[in-house]
Amino acid sequence: MPLAEGTELPTHTYRVTRADLVRYAGASGDRNPIHWSDRVATSVGLPGVIAHGMYTLALAARAVDAWAGAPGRVRELGAKFTRPVVVPDDDEGAEVTVAGTVKKVEDTGAGSLVTVAMTVTSGDDKVLGAPTARFLAGPESGAESGAESGAESGDRVG
Amino acid sequence: MTAERVAEFAAATGTPWTEGDPAPVTFPIVVAFAAMQELMVDPEVGIELHHVVHGEQRFGYERPVQVGDRLAARLTVDSLRQIGGADIIGTSSAVTDADGELVCTAKAVLVHKAAG
Repeated sequence: MPLAEGTELPTHTYRVTRADLVRYAGASGDRNPIHWSDRVATSVGLPGVIAHGMYTLALAARAVDAWAGAPGRVRELGAKFTRPVVVPDDDEGAEVTVAGTVKKVEDTGAGSLVTVAMTVTSGDDKVLGAPTARFLAGPESGAESGAESGAESGDRVG
Repeated sequence: MTAERVAEFAAATGTPWTEGDPAPVTFPIVVAFAAMQELMVDPEVGIELHHVVHGEQRFGYERPVQVGDRLAARLTVDSLRQIGGADIIGTSSAVTDADGELVCTAKAVLVHKAAG
């Protein structure tokens, strides 16, 4: 699939559990208790433990890497953390879905720079505001077939 | 940045990673976040972590992070506003390697809501 303006990229769905958040707290150094303690989370007005915004952005980055076709191609990534991803204390956790559309393809000296606008949702909520990425396209970019859409659903279970 | 540290970050985020690969896209948050935490624990700033919400994050990359990189982050407070009892703190962290070359710029908006 050649990447062109308007190309709809395969949607990826990921799962996040409390265990993932604890592991991410250690790996990232962000040990804010709102990401592991219901008591602290509710004391600051949240419905319960929420995922790190950066965890959700890391999931969006996984989708961008898949679209780019290889790691190390991303030149820009950003979003606003508009709605929390509430992660219940059970084995299923929460689901995060990352969809993307190519907005622009620019020729640069280093190759084609692809701008992607994403939609990142959990349940019915858009959890990221204006999530956007830019990557340098390579021979593998866009090779991911649409049929793989959603193939990763549940790949974080267990 | 050791292979163990990068591997653990990749595993925590479910990012496919094997040795020799560049670090996951959002990995520079590790050094940027450390710089943000230093700002927050500064007694003159007086911020409690659980009253802070990460409002926005943007990365611009000069190159991917590789295992073996020695990274440092220098944080600048770009803007400070007060809206409805909350402090909105705009920061940017320049993440540089051992040669002082820029690897990544990480811009964060932190929202601090005072207790009560």
